[in-house]
Amino acid sequence: MNITSLAPLAVVLPILGAALTFLLIHHPRVQRAVSIAVLTLTLLLECWLLASVWDGGTAAVNIGGWLPPWGVVLVVDQFSSLMLVVSSAVSLAVLIYATGQGMADGDRDAPVSIFHPTYLILVAGVSNAFLTGDLFNLYVGFEILLTASYVLITLGGTGPRIRAGVTYVVVSVVSSVLFLIAIAMIYGATGTINMADLAIKLGDLDQGTRTLLHVMLLVAFGIKAAVFPLSFWLPDSYPTAPAPVTAVFAGLLTKVGVYAMVRTETLLFPGDALNAPLMVAALLTMVVGILGALAQSDIKRLLSFTLVSHIGYMVFGLAMSTVAGLGAAVFYVAHHITVQTSLFLVTGLIERRGGSSSMDRVAGLAKLSPVLGVLFFIPAMNLAGIPPFSGFLGKLGLLQAGVELGTPLAYALVIGGVLTSLLTLLAIARVWNRAFWRKPGDAEHPDPVLLAAPADSATGDRAGKTNVTLLPRTMVGSTLGLVVFGVALTVFAGPLFRVADQSAQEMLDRTSYIQAVLGPDAPVPPVPPSLHPAQVREGGGK
Amino acid sequence: MSVNLTLLTVMGALYACGIYLLLERSLTRVLLGLMLLANATNLLILATGGYAGLAPLFDKDTAAGDYNDPLPQALILTSIVISFAVTAFMLGIIYRTWVLARQDEIQDDAEDRRVAETPSFDAEDDSVIPVETSEFPLATVMSGDRAVRADKAASEEQPGSLNVDPSPEGGGE
Repeated sequence: MNITSLAPLAVVLPILGAALTFLLIHHPRVQRAVSIAVLTLTLLLECWLLASVWDGGTAAVNIGGWLPPWGVVLVVDQFSSLMLVVSSAVSLAVLIYATGQGMADGDRDAPVSIFHPTYLILVAGVSNAFLTGDLFNLYVGFEILLTASYVLITLGGTGPRIRAGVTYVVVSVVSSVLFLIAIAMIYGATGTINMADLAIKLGDLDQGTRTLLHVMLLVAFGIKAAVFPLSFWLPDSYPTAPAPVTAVFAGLLTKVGVYAMVRTETLLFPGDALNAPLMVAALLTMVVGILGALAQSDIKRLLSFTLVSHIGYMVFGLAMSTVAGLGAAVFYVAHHITVQTSLFLVTGLIERRGGSSSMDRVAGLAKLSPVLGVLFFIPAMNLAGIPPFSGFLGKLGLLQAGVELGTPLAYALVIGGVLTSLLTLLAIARVWNRAFWRKPGDAEHPDPVLLAAPADSATGDRAGKTNVTLLPRTMVGSTLGLVVFGVALTVFAGPLFRVADQSAQEMLDRTSYIQAVLGPDAPVPPVPPSLHPAQVREGGGK
Repeated sequence: MSVNLTLLTVMGALYACGIYLLLERSLTRVLLGLMLLANATNLLILATGGYAGLAPLFDKDTAAGDYNDPLPQALILTSIVISFAVTAFMLGIIYRTWVLARQDEIQDDAEDRRVAETPSFDAEDDSVIPVETSEFPLATVMSGDRAVRADKAASEEQPGSLNVDPSPEGGGE
């Protein structure tokens, strides 16, 4: 039996786990063990899936025995399995962090006990969105993860969380309605919602209809991926949620939007019809996002703005539609999921250790907790793109692809990318200077107990360097694990970049995807002629 | 594909009302707007199925073209369930807002407003520093005298200390 036929388990396992943890709601210990075991199992399965497609090849699984294009298919290729592995690894680390936080704070309260089932459903939705080969099933995957995220973002139901939740829910529902309208119109125009079948049939539509459907899908996914000017909701809604929730949202949810954009651009609407507007959007996302980050004084909000800003890099890579650009974008997505999540997890630790995540209140952490300093420094430098970290490699790949493309717009994006990288370094340096290097007394409103020097502290070891109540070992350990995973992406950047480039090649070529779903005899329509000859450099065909 | 005009008109009206309500500040109206949008979209999906035909139950004597297209209805069923869940959740949120704030209006983000009102002058980044505040002043490092260094370092701890050589590093060369 082929391993890829087990692909549905990546969705089914977390859902079954969610049901089980929901039944175990009054047994927190068992609940924690079950959810961690389920996610570990899912991660192992997904590693196996990735290994089976590591050297190329695409496999499709027909769900329920219906043959495509009528039934729902799940498609495992290099890009989707890579995303699955990275997202599951990150969600496992966040889950362990969250259980550590729950154990430290006592999680007998009702809201926290629904965390585990909801979290597993979120993971199932993310896996479904990555695996599906059916447009409506992609919508269902989005709805599964969004509905779970509505619950997580308003966890506990405090005033600020409800306020943030309202913005988040309304914006998400509107983007989902747009997506559904686009699906209805695509079905009306072509009579199919199977993505491989659509790849063949959309090419027969006239240019106007194609562009309308293309724009509608891009707007719907642009809201989910937080591409400027559709990114306004993100910095308003993410920072108020609990630290692990913000971390997993920042890492995964926007990337699912980026993933959907990549699939749409490469599979359904190949060619460069909308590449110029996408590049402009990418440039604005990068620059406006990072300028917003510079104005913030709260670390969580600052990181939310850097998140928006760095989505611009991925859209830039996508908009080039060359193998080099798309490959670098795939690598950048994997890097950014890991790094952004670890930064939010560290911010959660900063909040516990320093009493706040506001830079007006936190200071002197480098002396009080050197471990925290190291944990923040490595992913922060990685995010800013300092050599030799994976952030540098990803940005370098994007900039090289931009220079190779050689259009004026691509050069503008290259300059914007370098500028954004430098401004990210500035924003991160501000956090470092204030939260870590400044003396506690220099902060505007320092916490007198938490930030007191160990010798002066009346509370004894409460402010000590190895304080297990303030920094539980589980939380520090899982954050460390994720930071190490981020560094591992740097160490293994060679093979990873090779897989990313191969997957980009396959996505631009489309043959393996379409033939895996519809059978080896399926006709593969040619990619429409490009406006810029440089763009079909390698991606045209085998 | 032929389209039912009544269905199309109703759909347009639902979209118009839905978008109007969505732009209101009252949460209940926003929710009503979202529900209208979801139902308008259901009508749109229904319209993509073409004219109503026979129920899609297999019968040997019926030609394939006479059946209704079942797929859009399956899609609508899914989307109804999803919008049901979202509506229930939104009602919960509206109730919670009412319990917390005694009003069902969308609140401003306090931190966002605070950042917007912050002046561009940042005391920490932009103000002129009157004296050298480093813990390792240049003069003591160059003097090499341990006693002097300890003495100076101690006086250094007081803010506003004048016991520092203010000359910049390498300024004379």
